[in-house]
Amino acid sequence: MRIINRKPSRVTALALGLLPFVLTVVTYAVASHYRRLDNPADKLLPSLSSMAEAFWRMATVPDRRSGDLLLWLDSFDSLWRLGTGMAVSTLLALSFGIAIGFIPHVRSALAPYLATFSLIPPITILPILFITFGLGELAKIALIVIGTAPVMIRSTAQAVLDIPREMIIKAETLGASVWQMVTRLVLPQVLPHLITSLRLSLVPAWIFLISAEAIASTSGLGYRIFLVRRYLAMDVILPYVVWITLLAFLLDRALLLLSRRAFRWHHLGGDAL
Amino acid sequence: MSTAPKLSVQGLAKFYDRIPVLERVNLDVQTGSFCTIVGASGCGKSTFLRMLLSQEHASRGQILLDGKPLPPEPTPDRGIVFQKYSVFSHLTVAENLILAQEFEASRWSGRLFGSARKAAFQSIDDLFDRIGLQPAANKYPAQLSGGMQQRLAIAQALVKKPSILLLDEPFGALDPGIRVDMHELLLGLWKELSMTVFMVTHDIHEAFKLGTRLLVFDKIRHDPQAPHAYGATITYDLPLKSPTGGTLRSPEAIAGAIGASQATKPPPFSQNSKAHDTQASDNHE
Repeated sequence: MRIINRKPSRVTALALGLLPFVLTVVTYAVASHYRRLDNPADKLLPSLSSMAEAFWRMATVPDRRSGDLLLWLDSFDSLWRLGTGMAVSTLLALSFGIAIGFIPHVRSALAPYLATFSLIPPITILPILFITFGLGELAKIALIVIGTAPVMIRSTAQAVLDIPREMIIKAETLGASVWQMVTRLVLPQVLPHLITSLRLSLVPAWIFLISAEAIASTSGLGYRIFLVRRYLAMDVILPYVVWITLLAFLLDRALLLLSRRAFRWHHLGGDAL
Repeated sequence: MSTAPKLSVQGLAKFYDRIPVLERVNLDVQTGSFCTIVGASGCGKSTFLRMLLSQEHASRGQILLDGKPLPPEPTPDRGIVFQKYSVFSHLTVAENLILAQEFEASRWSGRLFGSARKAAFQSIDDLFDRIGLQPAANKYPAQLSGGMQQRLAIAQALVKKPSILLLDEPFGALDPGIRVDMHELLLGLWKELSMTVFMVTHDIHEAFKLGTRLLVFDKIRHDPQAPHAYGATITYDLPLKSPTGGTLRSPEAIAGAIGASQATKPPPFSQNSKAHDTQASDNHE
């Protein structure tokens, strides 16, 4: 049988999915082992156990100076910034996206401006943000918003434009006002796409968050990584990277689950990834 | 009938980028007529329907409804059923049917709650029986067959009791067996509600079976050097049966009428124009 027609069983699929992860860990462990044979004090590829130990320390042992549990403090601060920024971006995407997508005059007024604005590399605005808003939370959240909102607004506006014209006309013949069409037709049709857009925007949002924290912050996952970099503390950095990845993964899955639960109609036609 | 026509089309023309699609369309339709519209693809019959809906606007001429110009945008007095996307995919069957009531009752939220919502669901029971979708009341349109979706679309279009019902190839994607059921449903509703119906179809048999009047759209003039120079118009306007739908036409009459319609297919003017005809329709697709 041709390979394109062979389908893995459930167990095989799971095993195949796990394989690259296992290979990565094994490769790392082997490399780390040989490096430490040469130099037991090697800092570059610490052993899995020493990383676990460092991670455990960050999570359970209060910091000597501040008395905080650093992992949880960093995670809370970072997630708060990320959550606030993405909430603002989502609200902007909904309000501006629907206005631009649904009302031709607003589209003519704002679409070219938005297209231009979204091309500014957000990181180049960071110094401006630090100068204007200071080094506090506002500048970091503003960077996340500026980095993600324009793309989210554009994709929401596109989702509005993609609503079949037939449905909008049908709503008109049922006597709907513009506002009623927004609340009963456009909003529900667009929300699943907004969640997809939110999931995709979380990737750059994390980049902006970590960058802002690395440059000017006193807490947060990005701050911690760049802080311990000075001591070549790979045993902290690597677990933190895994931890950030895990948080990002869980957020993504939670949003997908939300979409499937709340917008069952949208996922009836089969769904990918 | 000597009464004023329900709908009057006067010197209608439609251009896209100065290319005429329709020109010199004149038509008077009495209340209660069932007009079926046929023609080659790209001949502007769907454009004509969209203009009756105010989805598109005339480049020249005018359309009068009850003696007054059509409103510039779609309104509840003209219901519409499209071939697809006619129903709201994010609402269940029952929600689709009460939506018009919700729009009317609640200006800001466009939503009914509690007992008012329950009452709205009860008010559509008859409609449900009529279209036979009761068992599917809580399903989403994506979970229905094509025929069921179109039943829902027709029922939804009738909720506002439009005086004119527009159908744009509503059964084009359905199996022949299902189509016959849909024909019965549609004819029953049409007689009951005394609507004026315009239906675009590809199926000439369907057009003869359902209509009281058959409108054939085609180009009557061809310029071989400029196939786009002229638009289509109504080339045949055949009365099929009395607008009340009283007498059913005999099979022989149908045969004769279909024969007449097939006579429209050969080119009316020169011997060469068959080639032009093909050329023109090719260019339109």
